[in-house]
Amino acid sequence: MKKLRLFAEEIRVATLEELGALGFGHVGGAMSIVELAAVLYGSELRHDPKNPRWEERDWLVMSKGHAGPALYATLALSGYFPMEELKTLNQGGTNLPSHCDRNHTLGVDMTTGSLGQGISAAIGIALGNRLDGRENYTYFVLGDGECNEGQVWEGAMFAPSQKLDHLIGFVDLNGQQLDGYTKDILDLGDMGKKWVEFGWNVINVNGHDIEELFDAIRAAKAHNGTPTMIVLHTKKGHGCTFAEDNENNHHMNFKPEQMEEALAAARKILADAKAAL
Amino acid sequence: MFQVKKTILDKDPRLMRDVYCDTLIELAKNDPRICALDADLMGSSGMKPFMKEFPGRFFDVGIAEANMIGVAAGLSATGKIPFAHSFGVFSSRRVCDQIFMSAAYAKLNVRIIGSDPGVTAAYNGGTHMPFEDMGVLRSIPQITLLEPSDPVMLGDLTRQLADTYGVYYIRMARKDAVSIYQDGSTFEIGKGNVLVEGRDVTIMASGIMVAEAIKAAIVLENEGLSVRVVDLFTWKPMDTELVARCAAETGAIVTAENHNTLGGLGAAVAEAVTRTCPCPMEMVGTDDRFGQVGTEAFLRKEYDLTADRIIRAAKTAIERKKKH
Repeated sequence: MKKLRLFAEEIRVATLEELGALGFGHVGGAMSIVELAAVLYGSELRHDPKNPRWEERDWLVMSKGHAGPALYATLALSGYFPMEELKTLNQGGTNLPSHCDRNHTLGVDMTTGSLGQGISAAIGIALGNRLDGRENYTYFVLGDGECNEGQVWEGAMFAPSQKLDHLIGFVDLNGQQLDGYTKDILDLGDMGKKWVEFGWNVINVNGHDIEELFDAIRAAKAHNGTPTMIVLHTKKGHGCTFAEDNENNHHMNFKPEQMEEALAAARKILADAKAAL
Repeated sequence: MFQVKKTILDKDPRLMRDVYCDTLIELAKNDPRICALDADLMGSSGMKPFMKEFPGRFFDVGIAEANMIGVAAGLSATGKIPFAHSFGVFSSRRVCDQIFMSAAYAKLNVRIIGSDPGVTAAYNGGTHMPFEDMGVLRSIPQITLLEPSDPVMLGDLTRQLADTYGVYYIRMARKDAVSIYQDGSTFEIGKGNVLVEGRDVTIMASGIMVAEAIKAAIVLENEGLSVRVVDLFTWKPMDTELVARCAAETGAIVTAENHNTLGGLGAAVAEAVTRTCPCPMEMVGTDDRFGQVGTEAFLRKEYDLTADRIIRAAKTAIERKKKH
């Protein structure tokens, strides 16, 4: 667990450095899934950075495609491509576009960005793998704002009807979307209950707690007969001093000194995590 | 190579949807990658026999077309070859963004079947009558748009689509069709078929309008005009080479489509004509109108999707050519 904590802090620092080079970006929604990325790529997701298209791998669809920068940092730290490449985020000709693109980035399994579509692609991937008799898992990550999209609920109905128990979803319940708090824009009420009603196995966790995440994913894998939705109770902008507790942290412009302060704080936590090992 | 039937314009005994289903069954027997999806329209698309034969490879997603396209894209990411059907209105304008991002932009391998083109939607009325499906989809980069004109062509194109890569939209009449091609004919996607040779004007038609174009050509021939008829079943990529040749050799072009000319076949041919060999053009289509309910016969008359209108258009184009 301590190793995964350290990996999470490495991802957070690398993501902030990546965004820092630009001066703007989707800070909030990248920060809130850092711990999830660490547990998946550090432990639970079966993958091979040297063979990104390995047929037996577990797949991940980042349906909230704007969280690309956190995924890119995770992939770089995992060895898919050099860390240096993170500095090219959003630059012309880059392999790291603002939103995830399966044709540009090694390790990215699906193109996303137009919200609500990733869940359907993940279902198709899970069906395809099952048809081929594979036992691998398909993971997907939704934003809570993204759940405004009707297509999410089309997929929510369909996956249980196919008894896709090798499909494991996450919804990043950080309570904020671009225009403000989700409860003020389009209140979905109890997120977990919604998925229970649609026939999913639902597990609620603190999305920044490595151990809870680890246990939930293990429980999802052990569950049979229906897909699992793990509801991540998170804080948008978590671990980034200028983004946390900021109402407008979906896509932010920031000053170099703000990022320096955020990086100093994140590096301190990283150093503590290293010392704890 | 294709061969045109001698007794052209007879009603084909086979329904288009039966040909589609039978061909997919034949393909799926030899290719485990073939899958089919429907959005609660299996009864309409005629895919029940496929579902019975391959229950594991048929997915009825319910009335959820957006999800269907996404699921099809995901299946293709794992190497499957999905054929996804709904009525043309729901498999184009309703899912435009899903086709754009999850299928085309993601460079995946998806076939989309849009049934009941234009006035063939008949009793389902204006809400279900796609005069815009091809236009909606044509601006998506690298998508291929096809409108098979008879059962022989539908069967051949379906077989070809099992071994190609990309995003394909097939505008498919669901029930009756006239018989144009001899059994065993094969077709080249992206190439129009010259059905009748001629010198004075070229009629470039698609779908149900191919038969009307042939009828028009027969009348015009009897009046002493020499009319070329082309079945332009691929709307995208446009057969620019053929369009240029017809423009140069006949000097006048008429398009005929069961679709809005705005954004439709007329517009697509006009783009090719103006870029290669400008000549007088007339367009027969639904002229920026919405659909409505009625029998197909009533609607053909209402929107003037007739041989008579093609004849008038051809004469106008030839007159304009003389003044050109």
